[in-house]
Amino acid sequence: MSTLTSIILRTAVRWISPLLLLFSVFLLLRGHHEPGGGFSGGLIAATGFALLTFGYSVRTAQRVLRIEPLSLTACGLVLALLSGLPSLLTGQPFLTGLWIDISLPGNVVLELGTPLLFDVGVYLAVIGATLTMLFEFAEE
Amino acid sequence: MGWTLFLPLLIPLSTGIVLFGLRRRRRLVHTLAITASTLLLASAALLLFVVQRDGIQVVALGTWPAPYGIVLVADLLSASLLLVCVLVSWATVIYATTWIDPGRERAGFYSLVFILLLGVNGAFLTGDLFNLYVWFEVTLMASFVLLVLGVERGEVEGGIKYVSLNLIASAFFLSATGILYGLAGTLNLADLSQVLPSIDSHLVNLVAVLFGIAFGIKAGLFPLFFWLPASYHTPPVPVSALFAGLLTKVGVYALIRVFTLLFRQDPDWTHGILLACSALTMLTGVLGALVQQDIRRILSFHIVSQIGYMVFGLALLTPLGLASSVFYLIHHIVVKTNLFLIGGLVERVGRSSSLDRLGGIFRARAWLGIVFLIPAFSLAGIPPLSGFIAKLLVVRAGLDAGAYLATAVAVAVGLLTLMSMLKIWNEAFWKDPPTSGVLGDPNIPIRLVVPVLVLAAVTLLLGLLAEPLLDLSTQAAEQVLDADAYRAAVFGLHSSLENLTGGGVP
Amino acid sequence: MEILFALMVGTLYGCALYLLLRRSIVKLLIGLILLGNGTNLLIFSGSGLVRGRPPLVPVDATSVPAPYADPLPQALILTAIVISFGVLVYAVALIYRTYRALATDDLDNLTSTDRLGEVPATAHVAVEVPLQPIHGSGKGG
Repeated sequence: MSTLTSIILRTAVRWISPLLLLFSVFLLLRGHHEPGGGFSGGLIAATGFALLTFGYSVRTAQRVLRIEPLSLTACGLVLALLSGLPSLLTGQPFLTGLWIDISLPGNVVLELGTPLLFDVGVYLAVIGATLTMLFEFAEE
Repeated sequence: MGWTLFLPLLIPLSTGIVLFGLRRRRRLVHTLAITASTLLLASAALLLFVVQRDGIQVVALGTWPAPYGIVLVADLLSASLLLVCVLVSWATVIYATTWIDPGRERAGFYSLVFILLLGVNGAFLTGDLFNLYVWFEVTLMASFVLLVLGVERGEVEGGIKYVSLNLIASAFFLSATGILYGLAGTLNLADLSQVLPSIDSHLVNLVAVLFGIAFGIKAGLFPLFFWLPASYHTPPVPVSALFAGLLTKVGVYALIRVFTLLFRQDPDWTHGILLACSALTMLTGVLGALVQQDIRRILSFHIVSQIGYMVFGLALLTPLGLASSVFYLIHHIVVKTNLFLIGGLVERVGRSSSLDRLGGIFRARAWLGIVFLIPAFSLAGIPPLSGFIAKLLVVRAGLDAGAYLATAVAVAVGLLTLMSMLKIWNEAFWKDPPTSGVLGDPNIPIRLVVPVLVLAAVTLLLGLLAEPLLDLSTQAAEQVLDADAYRAAVFGLHSSLENLTGGGVP
Repeated sequence: MEILFALMVGTLYGCALYLLLRRSIVKLLIGLILLGNGTNLLIFSGSGLVRGRPPLVPVDATSVPAPYADPLPQALILTAIVISFGVLVYAVALIYRTYRALATDDLDNLTSTDRLGEVPATAHVAVEVPLQPIHGSGKGG
């Protein structure tokens, strides 16, 4: 694919891509109780890499990602699968949500649970799947 | 108790992921794939055993109770179909370990097979209409990629036809689901069966026809079957065999589920259409097979024609009719997969799949000829093989219900099927080879022989020990027709699941 | 408002059908996309449209006050969109590959698998350059 060599795009991408990645993690974490979640977070993270692809090249985006996107999808699926298993150990049906609350200093309660793990799995799977398609087409 | 229902989903999913990660290490992948499919076979047998002992099994995913969450339901019909499907995929996986080339293996062939199985098992087990759609799509996605792992002309052409028609079927399915949700306000099968009788039957009939079209395309029913013979002969033999055994049967299963549980208000109309379609399916399928000269195309057309028999039993909507459908499904999955696998061996020995170029295979490999005759005669309905009993049940059910014309068609089609099988026998096995008797590939690896022999033995067993299977299909049919029991099983979960602990949906 | 949606769904289905019946493979694909969009709109409007009433439980109540927008169709559509997105990307790749293999965009030229006689190419020859499987995408929603 011929790269767009616009200096404006490149400069903008340098700033916007990291911001998008950060924002995607924010969306992922707030997702359980408020709008957001693994799916939209994953799409936004993928957008960050897509901008890199358009501004620079597929190679650049792949270098920044470091890991093959399809493996990312596989990891995500494994995480999502694992998130369903703890409930089986406690005798409840598959995928039942389990939570633990951790009290942090400063009156903050950190809620950790299997649905979060599931969301992280979805996040990774969506990034992987979207980027697989993107790279596949961009390389042709 | 929940474990038995999850294992048929957990095993293929985790195997699919693991095999994808290891896809470059061929030997390890072969071992793992065979081990996993054996485990899957054991888990399916366990599920059938539990269902037979304790009745319908239900689990609410994530502890969300029935009409709100997604439930997995296993009754005798789904558990027995699951077992047979897993059995033929076990045989196909063993066969594939020597057949599939390294290029396809590196592209993730086995992991796709297991994702396909995940979709098929999910479709059998789910108790929710939209979830059924999702499982159908998982199956489709895996089958799309499996169908077009290569780049030959035939493969991409068959791929285009398969993909576009199946996407249209999905659109019909989704439209029907949307309208049904608008009408009934629920998509849980048990809940729907409760709500639908109080809704204007004209609208329900409309939705029934939409579902009939969607599942009819997937099953290869009469006016909608043309994608099947156009695409099933293009991929490698194990893929064809797997598709032939599993995919259309999922469509038939969905038809049975929907047209017994949901759309029974106006059977004269809905099941009348099904009856006409089934008779025409039998006839066109077998006529199509008669003019073909290529083994795999002949077998593809026979899939269509046999689908007609299964839907015929459903269209009668009598306990005996449904029992014949269930029996036919079980018998057919084994026989058809085996015929495709044997067709592959014939191709390997004779270096062609075209009947014009084959010949003398019986002289070269007598055992192959005999092994071919078992499923071929079973398909045509020769006693004492399983196909004879299946056809006998269909004919009796048809006569009992007074559908004389369609029954006559069924009998005639049986004869034509025999004719078509004998054509393969005469041309490929019996006549002198057209070129001076040189046959290719003298030794057939053991891994190609074992699956074929096992499936042939199962066919023989199903015919000789038909009594237990007949009992099983009769019980399954009674269970399928008893919507109250289905509802009781699904909603009986309510009381035991009061403590909701919350769950996550992205 | 529902009438408008119904008309829109009908128009989308009509256009989709027209494009599906054309001979060009690319138009076939566009037809499938329109069909999917029409279906999603149908699901959306199927259970009635309610404006400005999100299905949120107020702080001082235990259930949602009566006319509220049904959230389920939107969840269904989200899933359907994700799935059709994955499938369509696959279809685009397939069409591109068909074009490279056959150098045609005309469905009338794709008749070799339906004709009697020889299968065009023996289907079990070893093949390199496989299409990257993209099956993971369907499970995001």
